[in-house]
Amino acid sequence: MKIHLNVWRQKNAQTNGKFETYDLDNISEDMSFLEMLDVLNEGLINDGKEPVVFDHDCREGICGTCSMVINGKPHGPQKLTTTCQLHMRSFKDGDHITIEPFRAGAFPVIKDLMVDRSAFDRIQQAGGYISVNTSGRPVDANAIPIEKDKADASFNAATCIGCGACVAACKNASAMLFTSAKVSQYALLPQGRVEATTRVLNMVKQMDLEGFGNCTNTGACEIECPKGISLENIARMNREYLSASIKG
Amino acid sequence: MAKLESKVPNGPLAEKWSKHKNDIRLVNPANKRNIDIIVIGTGLAGASASASLAELGYNVKTFCYQDSPRRAHSIAAQGGVNAAKNYQGDGDSVYRLFYDTIKGGDYRSREANVHRLAEVSTNIIDQCVAQGVPFAREYGGLLDNRSFGGVQVSRTFYAKGQTGQQLLLGAYSAMNRQIQRGKIKSYTRHEMLDLVLVDGKARGIIARNLVTGELERHSAHAVVLATGGYGNVFYLSTYCMGANVMAAWRAHRRGAHFANPCFTQIHPTCIPVSGDHQSKLTLMSESLRNDGRIWVPKKLEDAKAIREGKLKPTDLAEEDRDYYLERRYPAFGNLVPRDVASRAAKERCDAGFGVNKTGEAVYLDFDSAIMRYGREKANTMGLKDADDKKVRVLGEEIVEAKYGNLFQMYEKIVNENPYKTPMKIYPAVHYAMGGLWVDYNLMTSIPGCYAAGEANFSDHGANRLGASALMQGLADGYFVLPYTIGDYLADDIQTGSISTDLPEFEAAEEAVKERLEKLMSGSGKHSVDYYHKKLGKIMWNKCGMSRNEQGLKEAIKEIAELREDFYKNVRIPGELNAMNSELEKAHRVADFLELGELFAVDALNRNESCGGHFREEYQTEEGEALRDDENYRYVAAWEYTGVPSEAKLHKEELVYENIELKTRSYK
Repeated sequence: MKIHLNVWRQKNAQTNGKFETYDLDNISEDMSFLEMLDVLNEGLINDGKEPVVFDHDCREGICGTCSMVINGKPHGPQKLTTTCQLHMRSFKDGDHITIEPFRAGAFPVIKDLMVDRSAFDRIQQAGGYISVNTSGRPVDANAIPIEKDKADASFNAATCIGCGACVAACKNASAMLFTSAKVSQYALLPQGRVEATTRVLNMVKQMDLEGFGNCTNTGACEIECPKGISLENIARMNREYLSASIKG
Repeated sequence: MAKLESKVPNGPLAEKWSKHKNDIRLVNPANKRNIDIIVIGTGLAGASASASLAELGYNVKTFCYQDSPRRAHSIAAQGGVNAAKNYQGDGDSVYRLFYDTIKGGDYRSREANVHRLAEVSTNIIDQCVAQGVPFAREYGGLLDNRSFGGVQVSRTFYAKGQTGQQLLLGAYSAMNRQIQRGKIKSYTRHEMLDLVLVDGKARGIIARNLVTGELERHSAHAVVLATGGYGNVFYLSTYCMGANVMAAWRAHRRGAHFANPCFTQIHPTCIPVSGDHQSKLTLMSESLRNDGRIWVPKKLEDAKAIREGKLKPTDLAEEDRDYYLERRYPAFGNLVPRDVASRAAKERCDAGFGVNKTGEAVYLDFDSAIMRYGREKANTMGLKDADDKKVRVLGEEIVEAKYGNLFQMYEKIVNENPYKTPMKIYPAVHYAMGGLWVDYNLMTSIPGCYAAGEANFSDHGANRLGASALMQGLADGYFVLPYTIGDYLADDIQTGSISTDLPEFEAAEEAVKERLEKLMSGSGKHSVDYYHKKLGKIMWNKCGMSRNEQGLKEAIKEIAELREDFYKNVRIPGELNAMNSELEKAHRVADFLELGELFAVDALNRNESCGGHFREEYQTEEGEALRDDENYRYVAAWEYTGVPSEAKLHKEELVYENIELKTRSYK
């Protein structure tokens, strides 16, 4: 199939970017979206031009590296799908496709479609852990029975891949879904309750410091999340935060 | 160095590790604060090592090429992590895990290392649960297990099909805690381009900041390489796009021996190649073989009709299907080890029974499992008279709960519904058992340079069992290295910080600069991917699932020629001193072009078949691998001499004091 691309090109964080258009022929519908970009880049390199820079690594939807906004949607048109798992069969012959980086003040562009998401790491560093020593001798794993439903809910929250689509989808560029997923994973487990108060306060504080916006409950994050992380996590974090603030 | 010193402690096998821990030297807490350690790579081994070392008090610097430590490819491991907990009471024990691993590795791994791995396996689960890793549980609230290939117990702990993700996020959280304390400094989007030796010891690295293109010097008292495996030498593999051998290869060029490079794992259940555009292959977890049955048509004409789209697999009667693993290996059936399952698939496809357009695919069928689970569920619900339709609906729900994310992934890629029609699968490159040679302390042949996780060679012999990679990565990082590294660093308590102005750093940086400039100076005929794909074809065709003398000799020659052409004609646009994704790739491919040659040399040297290394000349009448214990019961550790094909071979004899060497049989 034939497609027309409108791609954001930006040399680095200091310069302004702009859209460039490219036409591609002979795109197979079995190609992944990133393999289509590989074809684009192979052509650019053969013409002596710089290829389009984009973040990607595992190409199986789990590392959370790939990003980009495709036709206005983070990770493109398919529900519950990262860009790397999106296939060209989701598009039609002759389609115009616009590709931009994730846009958020807290995610500055590094080059072309690549953005800096290190703010997410700093939110995790502020409290996204249980303070147990790694090489010590903890109790036997089965000494802590955990209700299956709680363990499953904790797991579901923990499947967040940290890609940042929630931020890119939000008109306020809020990181509530991301932060609440980690807060929830631990809040739901007995091991995590011990530090629940300080954890939620510290993580939310860091989230605000990074310049992410507030949550106005539009739910766009949940809709665009490639892993289906639920809004319930935000509600849970709000409860945790409120009770921590009172205690705190 | 004539003989490799494995430094395996004396004494009975089961007491070696405890005794060793008591015998080795320690560094007191005040002195640890004066010692710096560099860790390259933040997968399970790197992240767990960094967190543990920082917690002990060392100053740790971590480096990863990704934008966050959490992205390392351990994240993609699906099925699970083994541990000899025997929670199921099905006869498991440390000894049995040890035995299964040695046998699974076709008697080419070091006994003492493997026993230690089995011993600490139980700590891993305790540790991860304490850390908040949400493993799958039963209704009673206790941990659930499943079974993997090559074993007859259920010892695999899992978190749906995302076990690697959950374990890595656990290790990453432990790292984050230390970053917050200021004990780890994390360098992301940084790649190690060389190892710096001072007075023969590893004392630092040259790294490139991938955002700015600047070269940086970093010093330390020890360097840990936890950079994963080299499967991307095949171009197409289940590895992530960025996985590379550079750190290990650069250490090799500086004196670290590279062990058993030809031992790579071809995983039997991957989604088949669909076309030339393909950039990577996707694994379908081995856990699927708990419930999926592998088959091809019995008759050639049926296979042909299926390939031509004239016949559907679901139309084929039971008696017209060949469940070839169940037929050939009744004791283990669909759960034979990976090397055996892969070769059997290739054998059927080579004989003309392949079921996709390319003829390189077999079926993995869940129909029996769906009906079996559905019937059980109907019974427990009191629906004794449920019809097949109802049973199927119930069964699909159960299969979805077990493997939902894998089925969804399959459907996205292949555009077929695996609940309704069998999956098509084919073997693909997945893991490297070979790697940097290390002694019992995980130190390479360069003093102060350690290798952990997939980057070393030590535990899996010629074939790795499923769910053992996660186990080994975490064992090395959480429980082995933090002890053994102290013994070496005890000599460094008065060394003080290492200056990066030393002439050795100067020289190493100069050499890196020259190498980068040489890459940028190619005349510009072909892209980096062009060369990587060509290398991959040579490797897959001549060093893949089966190998022979002639093919290997050709491969050695062809790779050397390709390498020469690469340096002359590679085209890298963009600038040297700025972000340049093509330059990054070129650098990695340049090292693959050397490793590939050594790989073929190693495969040619090993005149036997064992595990994942199958030499066509050495097989039984039934087509099984034929080992030669008399002549090849050794680790082949190669020393770099300037040209990969002229590497010098050192042999570490493998001594089996506790296990009797047998022909590996899964029949």
